[in-house]
Amino acid sequence: MTQTLPVHVTVNGEAYERTVPPRLLLSDFLRHELGLTGTHVGCEHGVCGACTVLLDGDAVRSCLVFAAQVDGAVILTVEGLAGEEGLHPLQAAFHEAHALQCGFCTPGILMTLVAFLREEPRPDERAIREALAGNLCRCTGYQKIVEAVQIVAARQGPDAGGADGRSRTGKAE
Amino acid sequence: MSSGPFGARIPRSEDAALLTGRASFVDDVQRPGMLHAAFVRSELAHARLRGIDVSAARAMSGVLAVLTAEDLGDYWQPGPLLVPPAPIAGLTFHARTQVPLARGKVRHVGEPIAVVVAENRYRAEDAAEQVVVDLDPLDAVVDVAAALAPDAPLVHEDLRSNLAAHAVQTKGDYEAARHAADLLISREFLYDRGVAAAMENRGIVADWDERSGHLEVWDTTQAPIPIRNGLAALLGLSESQVRVIAPFIGGGFGPKIMMFYPEEVLLPWISMRLRRPVKWIEDRYENFFATTQERGQVHEAEIALRSDGRILGVRDVFIHDTGAYNPYGLTVPINTQCTLLGPYGVPNYYSEFRVAFTNRPIVTPIRGAGRQHGVFVMERLLDLGARELGLDAAEIRRRNFLPPDAFPHDHEILYQDFAPLVYDSGDYEPALDRAIELIGYEPRGSSAGPPTPGRQSPAEGRPDRSFPGSRLRGVGVVSYIEGTGIGPYEGARVRVEASGTVGLVTGVGTQGQGHFTSFAQLVADQLGVEVGDVRVVTGDTREFHWGTGTFASRGAVVAGNACHAAAVAVREKILQRASELFEVAEEDLELAKGRVGVRGAPERSIGLGELALRSNPLRGAVKPGTEPGLEATSYFGPARGATASGVHAMVVQVDPETAMVEIERYVVVHDCGTVINPLIVEGQIQGGVAHGIGNAFFEELSCDADGQLRNASFMDYLLPTAMEVPPIITAHIETPSPLNPLGTKGVGEAGAIPVAALFAQALEDALREYAPGLEIREIPLSPLRLFELIEDARARVARPPGAEGTP
Ligand code: FES
Ligand code: FES
Repeated sequence: MTQTLPVHVTVNGEAYERTVPPRLLLSDFLRHELGLTGTHVGCEHGVCGACTVLLDGDAVRSCLVFAAQVDGAVILTVEGLAGEEGLHPLQAAFHEAHALQCGFCTPGILMTLVAFLREEPRPDERAIREALAGNLCRCTGYQKIVEAVQIVAARQGPDAGGADGRSRTGKAE
Repeated sequence: MSSGPFGARIPRSEDAALLTGRASFVDDVQRPGMLHAAFVRSELAHARLRGIDVSAARAMSGVLAVLTAEDLGDYWQPGPLLVPPAPIAGLTFHARTQVPLARGKVRHVGEPIAVVVAENRYRAEDAAEQVVVDLDPLDAVVDVAAALAPDAPLVHEDLRSNLAAHAVQTKGDYEAARHAADLLISREFLYDRGVAAAMENRGIVADWDERSGHLEVWDTTQAPIPIRNGLAALLGLSESQVRVIAPFIGGGFGPKIMMFYPEEVLLPWISMRLRRPVKWIEDRYENFFATTQERGQVHEAEIALRSDGRILGVRDVFIHDTGAYNPYGLTVPINTQCTLLGPYGVPNYYSEFRVAFTNRPIVTPIRGAGRQHGVFVMERLLDLGARELGLDAAEIRRRNFLPPDAFPHDHEILYQDFAPLVYDSGDYEPALDRAIELIGYEPRGSSAGPPTPGRQSPAEGRPDRSFPGSRLRGVGVVSYIEGTGIGPYEGARVRVEASGTVGLVTGVGTQGQGHFTSFAQLVADQLGVEVGDVRVVTGDTREFHWGTGTFASRGAVVAGNACHAAAVAVREKILQRASELFEVAEEDLELAKGRVGVRGAPERSIGLGELALRSNPLRGAVKPGTEPGLEATSYFGPARGATASGVHAMVVQVDPETAMVEIERYVVVHDCGTVINPLIVEGQIQGGVAHGIGNAFFEELSCDADGQLRNASFMDYLLPTAMEVPPIITAHIETPSPLNPLGTKGVGEAGAIPVAALFAQALEDALREYAPGLEIREIPLSPLRLFELIEDARARVARPPGAEGTP
């Protein structure tokens, strides 16, 4: 495996330049090349959702993307969610509602829901469950995750634009 | 109990690290110069291992070692028998435990044959593919009943059959009960395997430092201290040379307390040989074979009932599939045997089981650990009995509950902890009443006859069973008990630091159960500090030396009581020192807000940190007979397990034409004794129910006649998602356990235990008119299997038995 490809990528607001083998997964790149181990790997076949990150603002499964494909992209991982002011509103609501137990699925679920809440700031329970259906959690039974989203939704004003992670992705609205 | 943090709904202290991605799991451990291992595993369930050619793999660049059983020399040995069998009279038991790398033959798909060590994981996997394994296939033993047939191929050829164990436990005289009975119901029940499916797979990092002579191991284990002790013995090191760390663990559920997995034995040895750190992380595909599983039992059971529904006796004869090896002894089948009795008075019981070796992955306890099998059998027998007798499902249970004055209740058989099966405390009827109230209406159960005196009609304004459209609605209610919090013991150390924060260390690991917070609450409660000021360390053998692990819903009971005892001891020291300092009686002191002081005289108080400092002076003398500092270590070992119990109820909707099922409402009323943190308990219950729903209706390991698993991925093995798991309404009943000072009982498994039995009852209720006579006697179901059962039941009605051949 001598061939390598260059990757320039912005992750959580920081620019990185690396060369990678073509088959290196984005999940492995983030975790082992960049040391951003908050993104977890539960199946490596695109089902569990633990590896979800925001790629140019969209929730994607980083185990289904090659690192070489993200050249020029802007990525947000769970490490980039909390700001100077403390936890992201969704993180805070997860804590309050006890929406995590072992916490292994949590980073992927947070990233999925951050993207979802941006599209749908005041979802009903059904919509929340549908949005969650692509993420597996073995510990919680999902109920308290749903409650956490409801807490965030209730706290956002009627004209809220969503629990936003976008400003830190570097992609202005 | 004071109105402090004990019993409060406090969000967890461990959350912040997990929510921000800072928490370190085993796969997050990075060491300089770290190598990576990948395993070559058997692709066949049963085969002779004729030869292994590793030359091509060894020659690849970036590959440091390729090892087979040969290369291990004397280090190769079968793993320990973790739980020797309970001393049951007349017991037959043969232990055959797993080996680090296969030698001579392979006994299940996924059994490790060779290990490759390379500069990175990708390379290690490339090289593993280059290892050529010569396997000569043998007939596989897959079906558990067929495993015990006289001509079955042998999993272990040094045994005369595949019989791993045979045990009989009895109480009273079942034959006599049988003769006295008004009604006998006998049926066969099947409860098949599942996987634990923790979101984090297993993993190990081993780092041997040649210069200091120290080995550090990060392991996704539920039992770091026993792993440390075992590794030290295996490797010829002293225990102080080995440090095992179970950092954040991404879910346990049982398989992570199995010891020793081949990988756990091999990685430290490899690190010592190559003098480099080495990491192995299981992938999801491997997890379906290399991590232990549970289930696979076939029961032939009979219940003897009086016409009023009272149980005279139960007879249960079952075969348990232990897989290719049985390192856990009889833990799972004994759980089944004991839990079957449930919250009921059963005067006569005959229970016999045989355990069979098969060419399938190893079976060890997983959330519920065989208890759900016993509950399924008993609850189904009661439902079938109720149906025959025209009794309501709730009523037949009510009539058989042990009354509140029956405790302690001795069932006269042995439990898995070798202690007699004695229920410590309980009060079952209030839980049933509460569940019925919360589910919305009185269940009619499986009653096919006219209303009985015990049954009420649905109350005004409550939903009835008819449902608009094509769907049918059914309701179910089941009860269960769970033996929790067994010994032997756990320990904890509490220390007040000079900063005023309190350090709490215990030997158990945590896999998401909220131990950091619950334990901190217990200590904060005694010392009058904020929960956030208690810093908890668990799962690091450098910090604490004694303990067994997190299993059998014992964290809150056994470790919890040890934390409490250590905190009480520190509190006593604080009071003693403060009473000397202020020259007042201890009774006149109070602990609050991190200080101890004279009641009613706020100016006469001292911070705990300051007091700790004074208790550890640099000059002067510590009084003879006292110890420096404000520190205490305590242990707790219960005489026997505490009996938790509960009632689950649900309303289910089923579309009879597609057999698609939706749970409309789910209620859990649970008694886990004194509750330390209701928020955490609710979470445990909800997660358990979700697990149980998966087991009952979605999760099936589909295995062919050659022992090949056909659905080893999350694409095909269906875990329940947020769409399948309904909101779960929980309520608590508290009957404190008299067996420990806190009165706690375990909760970690309770949610999962009765779900299958409940599903079966509720579905039969929904389909009673559409598919009369439908009996659900097997788990897991699936929409397809339910559809078949419905069609069979309808066909039997259309063409009653004896009518065969007539047009
Ligand atoms: S690890 Fe990417 S979806 Fe499971
Ligand atoms: S919190 Fe453990 S898998 Fe979701």
